[in-house]
Amino acid sequence: MSKNIIVIGGGLAGLAATIKIAEAGFHVDLFSMVPVKRSHSVCAQGGINSAKDMKGEGDHPDLHTTDTLFGGEYLADQPLVQDMCYEGPKIIDLLDRMGVPFNRTPEGNLDFRRFGGTLFQRTAYAGATTGQQLMYALDEQVRRFEADGKVDKYEYWEFLSAIIDDDGICRGVTAMNLWDRTVQAFKGGAVCLATGGPGLIYGKSTNSVINTGAANSRVYQQGVNYANGEFIQVHPTSIPGADKLRLISESVRGEGGRVWVPKNPADKRHPTDIPDSERDYFLERKFPKYGNLVPRDVATREIFDICVNEERGVNGENQVYLDITPERSGQTAEALERKLGGVLEIYRKFQGADPLKEPMKIFPGVHYSMGGLWVSPVDDGGQIKQMTNIPGLFAAGEADFQYHGANRLGANSLLSCIFGGFLAAPRMCEWAASHSKEADQAIYDRELKRQNEINERVLGMTSGSENTFQIHKELGEWMTRYCTVVRRNEDLEKLAGKITEFEERWHKIDINDTAKPANQSFLWTRALWDMLQLAKAIVKGATLRNECRGAHYKPDFDLAMPEKDKMGIPTDTDVYREFVAALEAQNKTTYKPLPPKSGEEVAPEFIDYMTRWVEKEKTWNKSTLATYKEGDQPDISYLPTAMTVEPPKPRIYK
Amino acid sequence: MASSNGNDSSAQQTVTLRIKRQKAPGEAPYWETFKVPYERGMNVISALMKIRLNPETAEGRKTTPVTWDAGCLEEVCGACSMRINGIPRQSCTALIDNLEQPIVLEPFSKFPVIRDLMVDRTPMFESLKRVKAWVPVDGTYHLGPAEKISPEMQQIRYKYSECMTCGCCLEACPQYNGKSAFIGASVIGQSYLFNAHPTGKNLKGDRLDVMMGVGGVVDCGNAQNCVRVCPKGIPLTDAIAAIGGQVTIHAIRKMLHF
Repeated sequence: MSKNIIVIGGGLAGLAATIKIAEAGFHVDLFSMVPVKRSHSVCAQGGINSAKDMKGEGDHPDLHTTDTLFGGEYLADQPLVQDMCYEGPKIIDLLDRMGVPFNRTPEGNLDFRRFGGTLFQRTAYAGATTGQQLMYALDEQVRRFEADGKVDKYEYWEFLSAIIDDDGICRGVTAMNLWDRTVQAFKGGAVCLATGGPGLIYGKSTNSVINTGAANSRVYQQGVNYANGEFIQVHPTSIPGADKLRLISESVRGEGGRVWVPKNPADKRHPTDIPDSERDYFLERKFPKYGNLVPRDVATREIFDICVNEERGVNGENQVYLDITPERSGQTAEALERKLGGVLEIYRKFQGADPLKEPMKIFPGVHYSMGGLWVSPVDDGGQIKQMTNIPGLFAAGEADFQYHGANRLGANSLLSCIFGGFLAAPRMCEWAASHSKEADQAIYDRELKRQNEINERVLGMTSGSENTFQIHKELGEWMTRYCTVVRRNEDLEKLAGKITEFEERWHKIDINDTAKPANQSFLWTRALWDMLQLAKAIVKGATLRNECRGAHYKPDFDLAMPEKDKMGIPTDTDVYREFVAALEAQNKTTYKPLPPKSGEEVAPEFIDYMTRWVEKEKTWNKSTLATYKEGDQPDISYLPTAMTVEPPKPRIYK
Repeated sequence: MASSNGNDSSAQQTVTLRIKRQKAPGEAPYWETFKVPYERGMNVISALMKIRLNPETAEGRKTTPVTWDAGCLEEVCGACSMRINGIPRQSCTALIDNLEQPIVLEPFSKFPVIRDLMVDRTPMFESLKRVKAWVPVDGTYHLGPAEKISPEMQQIRYKYSECMTCGCCLEACPQYNGKSAFIGASVIGQSYLFNAHPTGKNLKGDRLDVMMGVGGVVDCGNAQNCVRVCPKGIPLTDAIAAIGGQVTIHAIRKMLHF
């Protein structure tokens, strides 16, 4: 029986999987482009969700499930989200036992704070560097297994491809040593990609420079389906920089931070001189119930709307104020420092201003991919949870697609990474144990040869006129302009054409460097091709999805809910569900509006809206599945969402 | 977009960088000078990014793009360490406006160069293994909640737990070099971190054995450079003093066999 298992990526998902696999007595080869301690999970700031209900609010994993499904506009896999939310409290206990320095209450209990898309204090946190602290705890446990010989780390190694045998089963990987360009084939009884998201496709984002999505693209090009790629989260609050967009955590709003612009756009006073009466706290104004803690997609659209459509950004630029000064947030400077130190420090270091003395200036930035590699949501009929459509090849973390639907709630990603890694691990062990037949050496030699040939081809690109980093810069600008907050089909078509042009230009790259050690131009050129392939999947998915759902917003297909004050729309959103049930009961194919039974009087405009909404749900509540086609646009098909936990309802945060 | 504060350099049109380069491990280093267009708010990372868009020296000679290590670009990953105008620090937080030009970039000198500004910091991670820088949990299965910890202790531990293994403290340390056995401040800080944890302290004896041995805490020369260059402001000298005290008690206990 093959006792060796391969994990690619040393972020939270990869480390979580590694620990469980090593604990089960299997050996792990762990690959990472960087020392695993430097993986992108360290960038998560605000916290990790779990309904431990330690504030006496009556929180419960069922409520966490509901918030997550509602926040993701019912595109996430429902039973898995439910399982994740039930595991949440246990995962927090485990992390606590591992020594994560979570913030404490005076009694010494874990402290919790609020995050977007919920009304509960559900987020455990370690200052404002929670991701870093969780990463270190898992990194330390992996180091312990490494010291025991149960884990071998391959750091500064990049994943190149899965090795697939003649039966279509994954038997290992090829990977390249980034320091000397050696390519090797590695045998593994199972392989897990925990390779994060593709934020770098958008040029500047909140992501680390390693988040190209190339690993995901490489297996996509080998036949793994890429699901819901069009759902890209744009975080409402980041600070634009020359090299990247730096995240300003949602926890700032969780601790009382307030988003505003001057009521008078021409107001040139210093922000601290503008009194409350002359400030437009537009999120609080528009969403009295959730206020500044509406989910990210909603907050981002509102900020975008204020700056781009209403042209009311601060100083006429694309920026709004985020005010966490003690006077406005209602917390002492000392408490804010203890709870948000890491993020306050980022602002001070990069912007040279103190957020405790004056409001921050922020704007939305590309942050997270809800979509990713398709993995099975069930253990049934030959399918295995977290396993892709290439048997033996698993995925977990941001690299997979199923936990966040159309929009991820803040502080759910750390949870889904660890949960996904934990879910994959025992299944990988079982798979490796039951597929122990040694694969033919020829399949390893064949793939090794193919990868070396690709390298030779790219190293031969020395006579062109294009610069690999310049093409990437332009790709990022185009993707950001046409495939982020607001999407229009004519723009998306233009963008698809442009990507084809980038592919043509890619062939004319001069890599400027053929040296062996740490040749970043060569490595980038390989990754850039893979980024272009994934970009095509994202753009085609977005083009075909003619609706608005979570992060995917197309004004041409906005159902435009009638204004509440004009219509007397029910505020209890469960009424909508009752309404849908009534529609369902009446006729399965044609929906004639029926008023809800709850007794609330409903305007005809509302009935009309609900009828259109039900129609839209019937058409579009399904996951996009992109299948790679060489030299062409991907094939797109769809998978229906199972509504086994709760039926959908329109998403209202008023 | 968002404006950058700091010194006003809007008059500057170009940024000049002198970079110490090296083609491969063991090869002789050489210097190249670059000029890149100035941009508001730019840092050393974005200057390096501009070089690779058009890899040409200030003299107009075509060259290879500069290799450097980078990750998060917001000073939580520890990747982008280098010497900038002689000071070991993270290049992401090194804002051009605050640096004297020409900006001199060099790789760390205490670690083998892989290429240009990229060095091999593997020994730092190996040291973490030696001091068992972890909490010995029984397993990942559910064992209920952990012990309560006071907010005061959490604040102390959190500070040390921010260590990114970036290597600045070692680069600045006169006692740490390729020839000496000194384990360095970051690992002493990590030993302190885990000795202060209710379960982590179960391995305190093992850690103090290492700290007592060759290259342990006694090799610290008290130059205090580590605490001055630490990008996260970790009170490393406090940890060195505390571990020194723990080692003394440990040694006496060992001597008296209790």
